[in-house]
Amino acid sequence: MDIHEYQAKELLKKFGVNVPRGGIAYSPEQAVYRAQELSGEKCVVKAQIHSGARGKAGGVRICSTDDEISDAAAWMLGRKLVTHQTGPQGKLVGRLYIEEATDIAQEIYLGFVMDRTEERVVVVASAQGGMEIEDISEDEPDSIIRSVVDPAVGMQAFQAREIAFQLGLDAALIPQAVKQITGCYKAMDELDASMLEINPLVVTGGGEIVALDAKLSFDDNALFRHPEISELRDKSQEDSRETYAEDRGLSYIGLEGEIGCIVNGAGLAMATLDMIKMSGGEPANFLDVGGGASPERVLMSFKAVLNDPNVEAILVNIFAGINRCDWIAEGVVRAVQELKLTMPLVVRLSGTNVEEGRKLLNESGLNITTAETLAEAAEKVVAAWKKASTKNAEAI
Amino acid sequence: MAILIDKNSKVLVTGLTGRIGSFHAQEMRDYGTNVVGGVTPGKGGTTHNGLPVFNTVKGAVAETGADLVIAFVPPPFAADSIMEAADAGIKTCVCIADGIPTQDMIRVKRYMRRYKEEKRMRLIGPNCAGIITPGQAFAGLMPPAIYLPGRVGIVGRSGTLGYEAASQMKSRGIGVSSSIGIGGDPINGSSFRDILELFENDPETDAVVMVGEIGGPQEAEAAAYIRDHMKKPVAAYIAGLSAPKGRRMGHAGAIVSAFGESAQEKVEILSGAGVTIVPTPSTFGETVEKMLS
Repeated sequence: MDIHEYQAKELLKKFGVNVPRGGIAYSPEQAVYRAQELSGEKCVVKAQIHSGARGKAGGVRICSTDDEISDAAAWMLGRKLVTHQTGPQGKLVGRLYIEEATDIAQEIYLGFVMDRTEERVVVVASAQGGMEIEDISEDEPDSIIRSVVDPAVGMQAFQAREIAFQLGLDAALIPQAVKQITGCYKAMDELDASMLEINPLVVTGGGEIVALDAKLSFDDNALFRHPEISELRDKSQEDSRETYAEDRGLSYIGLEGEIGCIVNGAGLAMATLDMIKMSGGEPANFLDVGGGASPERVLMSFKAVLNDPNVEAILVNIFAGINRCDWIAEGVVRAVQELKLTMPLVVRLSGTNVEEGRKLLNESGLNITTAETLAEAAEKVVAAWKKASTKNAEAI
Repeated sequence: MAILIDKNSKVLVTGLTGRIGSFHAQEMRDYGTNVVGGVTPGKGGTTHNGLPVFNTVKGAVAETGADLVIAFVPPPFAADSIMEAADAGIKTCVCIADGIPTQDMIRVKRYMRRYKEEKRMRLIGPNCAGIITPGQAFAGLMPPAIYLPGRVGIVGRSGTLGYEAASQMKSRGIGVSSSIGIGGDPINGSSFRDILELFENDPETDAVVMVGEIGGPQEAEAAAYIRDHMKKPVAAYIAGLSAPKGRRMGHAGAIVSAFGESAQEKVEILSGAGVTIVPTPSTFGETVEKMLS
């Protein structure tokens, strides 16, 4: 789960990390009021969306007068900002963060990631701050400093010192830098974050080290022990199809195509999408119904898939281990009847109770196409979808 | 034996008295697996479906000589359960739980290193379907009937995609020596490389099928091992050719975040190491058949 910059900064502050003063605003008037509270010569109006690279999209503006603040706020609020991380549909700006302007002398990159090779938290830093880490690793690979944290003892002061000296910081700044770096690690560790990025961490003209931006993501599997973090979820930043499915406990990812998919198991679901693509179709979604799926859960999966208006055909692919094909079939039959489904539907069942499942589908008298293998299922659904969409096109 | 489990393995079920543990323990016994008991703290001294229940893994090991643990423990408590098994001297622990916090897994792996290599437990999973040596025994939740006993090893992240491979092979009369699910989490107990090494050294395995997916460095690591150390032929399929970058596809570990982690890149790396590529998820059977002839 991702959170907003201002939320990340509030959390980091509790761990001793220096952040600029600021306040949240939901309207241009409020933005002006927040700026007056800060009482500096300049302030920064920052759009709060779950994405980096907001500056290039116009989501970060330095302002000197009330009119500038008001105009910037009016422009940003209600707008969908498009960055290379948001996809073409962009992300809606619903709130702004008004922050005091910082006098920047030096910009540093500081990141904390779960490294899958080390199987530990790795700190990544570079004196080339302000750039994306992908660009730093391409353009200035030698500038990247890495430090691996031993989970048994946590991050040690000497590790933070080594990073600070390698960044070329002035000796007088080292104690401050150590406090910032170890504070970030503590936040990552105690909050079960999956990623923390401070880009840039800046040295000000006055010799202070400040986190100018902050991106914090959390491990969904650990949210059960952080209810206060779960409350920071902002559904306006999510794909509405995914919000609908997630609120019902389904593992769903919205995609761009027309063929809806209901599969059991993440690997088989990915393979099913691949197979649809290889057969000449485009999948509309990834959906894993999980193990031991009841007929109700199958019905709910149909609702989640049909919640996407682009869906024109559906493929159900089940290889039952802990699932039962008869339960799945019962759910499919109920879905077709209750949701009055008319679009092409192809169902492939295999594994536990497959005979009972196939019998239920055949005896339902409904227009359900069955398939024995994955390849057959994918070919049939793509063919049926093409036929149906040509018919639709002719009707128009 | 093939690898990791056979009819002589003494299997202990943690979380035996729960609904899921109870059901799968019975399935395992019906197949012939030597299940020697279960562990549920607080229920020690009782029996469950005719099996003795213990309060601790150490207590169970002392009484039954168990050497393999299958953990049907919910994610919030799974890390504790794995460490308990490691400390009790268990040889192999299979963990089914899907949803263990990553930091818990980091601690588990750090904890396991406190034991000398020869005494260190081998962890399989978490978030996996389990392990099976067809015709002998299994520890997991797979439908065992889809595996024909034979001489081809299977190792994969996904449970159901592994079933797909096994059943396609069975329909062509190709049997399996052992099938090992290493799980879909970003940090897991055993890697592809670890399991490939076991298959390479197993006299009852002639070839291996690898079922990989997007995300993480383990397929590339496996490719280097295959190129430098393996004599047995390997076929591989990588799921997620159509997965968009930066999206987590169901499995916590299935996310393309770095160079070399997409399906296309993994296919290239494996193929460069001499691995036979299974081009589609419906051609496991014919690709393995061709590779063996």
